[in-house]
Amino acid sequence: MLRIRFFEEEVSRLRAEGSIVGSVHLCNGQEAIYAGASAALDLSRDAVFPTYRGHGWTLACGVPPYALFAELLGRQTGVNGGRGGSAYLTAPEYGMYGENSIVGAGAPIAAGAALAATFDGSGRIALAAFGDGALNQGAVHEAMNFAAVRDLPVIFLVENNHYSELTPIASMVRGDRLFKRASAYGMPGGQVDGNDPTAVRDAVARAVERARRGQGPALIEAVTQRIVGHYIGDAQHYRPPGELETALADEPISRLLATLRETIPYAELDALTERVRDEIADASALARADPPADPSTVLEHLYA
Amino acid sequence: MPEIKNLSYAEAVNAALVRALDERAEVLLFGEDVALPGGVFGVTKGLRERFGERVFDTPISESAIIGGAVGAAMFGRRPIVEIMWADFFLVALDQVVNQAANVRYVSRGAVTAPITIRTQQGSAPGACAQHSQSLEAMFAHVPGLRVAMPATHQDAYDLLLAGVWCDDPVIVIENRTLYHTGRSPVGVNGAIQPAEGAAIRRSGTDVTLLTWGAMLHRALEAAELAAGRGIDAEVIDARWIRPLDLGAVLASVERTGRLVVAHEAHTTGGVGGEVLAAVAEAGVHLRSAPLRVGAPPVRIPAAPALAQAVIPNASAIADALVRSAAG
Repeated sequence: MLRIRFFEEEVSRLRAEGSIVGSVHLCNGQEAIYAGASAALDLSRDAVFPTYRGHGWTLACGVPPYALFAELLGRQTGVNGGRGGSAYLTAPEYGMYGENSIVGAGAPIAAGAALAATFDGSGRIALAAFGDGALNQGAVHEAMNFAAVRDLPVIFLVENNHYSELTPIASMVRGDRLFKRASAYGMPGGQVDGNDPTAVRDAVARAVERARRGQGPALIEAVTQRIVGHYIGDAQHYRPPGELETALADEPISRLLATLRETIPYAELDALTERVRDEIADASALARADPPADPSTVLEHLYA
Repeated sequence: MPEIKNLSYAEAVNAALVRALDERAEVLLFGEDVALPGGVFGVTKGLRERFGERVFDTPISESAIIGGAVGAAMFGRRPIVEIMWADFFLVALDQVVNQAANVRYVSRGAVTAPITIRTQQGSAPGACAQHSQSLEAMFAHVPGLRVAMPATHQDAYDLLLAGVWCDDPVIVIENRTLYHTGRSPVGVNGAIQPAEGAAIRRSGTDVTLLTWGAMLHRALEAAELAAGRGIDAEVIDARWIRPLDLGAVLASVERTGRLVVAHEAHTTGGVGGEVLAAVAEAGVHLRSAPLRVGAPPVRIPAAPALAQAVIPNASAIADALVRSAAG
């Protein structure tokens, strides 16, 4: 979680100085979901399909921060050689099968990955992660129904940060219990505290176990909040006064550290924090020193 | 040596599907009504009985069908899916354009999406404006996709198999007016062809007539009409709209010095315009202005009398050949 937080903070800095260009969507405040869910998966065979807010997922899947920085910086050494960027990167060797810049579009693809598993005997689970806004996309509903009717091993994980980009989800749907849509498709659904990594892990683990037994998909709503804007530069004028402060009081990292301080000496936690901070700084410096992506490769890999 | 069977166009497609399912264990076949009902045009009849769970019906959910195919293909399956009418593609274009076409490129080949999407398109009597469009130009515009337009019974078999064996996303656009219009000898179980390459369907010296899909048959009829007026047209069937076999077109146009492109799709923004531009860019000397024959920029109406006023017929193509030759 710390790695993700410090990574995003460094990305924010690199974007501000212009080293990273384009639209960048940070996941600060949602780290517990990625840490918790990835701990419940077997990434040597399972497949994660996150959204464009995917740096956290990518790191949680095990992609080295250096390779991710290089991708965001448009370097040849980036995890996709500069073809993915911040919002559409892929790292299949780590079980990370692609962010998606199209809201909800990863859900049917995850269902397809799960469909393949029903034929190849791999026992693979596919996890489609998307925001609350994606629940209003047709493709997500098509995927949930398709997965349910075929008992596909898919976990639909909603990161409910209460904002559909810049608009509160409360003004876009009736009712705030998004997981209840699962019952319409005949699959289990439930809500979990998305700021508690252990709770997320346990909820995902239960769904994983069920799916591996051939009992089909599940919908998990992890309730959290974004403590940053939709994109870097988003001034968040739309957030009511006090909301952000409330969110910060409950954000997962300070919460986790507070819990850990009950059993782990302060000095040890501080040393750990510093080590992760250094790791991120080193990875960023290393990536920045790399050459830009090579234009002579731009036409490669379009067709077989 | 291929075995020769007397098949309808629909049966040729079915034979190709049988072969794909037989020879490649990773092939899955799914779509709306393709399994137990055997397809609304009867194209997939008997496959569920023969291949069991690898052939299945889906909800009416085009995004789930194509997205499901993309995801399954990323994990080693080789899905063949059906979009019942090309017009229905439009509700799932994201999965084709933003998803399938990107998988190989962005991952630099680490993951691929070798899916084959079968569909059928075009105008037939009584088809409304949402069941009659010719959309090949939309797909041909997208890098990463391959687009096949089988016009003959043999190509209905060969092009589909070429698509299934190809490691790229392939869209095979059939035409329902061809499905049940008589049987022809079809060589089956021959060598799998590459997913590219045009065919010369009629040799000629005066003008090159490029076409594809069901329009081929009107083009051949038009060539005979033109022959009666003293013009010897060479008819090329593009077969693959992307990649387009520009070499075959240029070689023919260099011989004839004249070019007419005929397609059922609208001329505005159509593949015909692309071909004319490519020939012009290649610097081939033309003896007359190149011509396009296609549908005018209007919706396709349902009443046969109205549709006939829109879709080019053999006589309209023949007139273009005569104009071209006169120039």
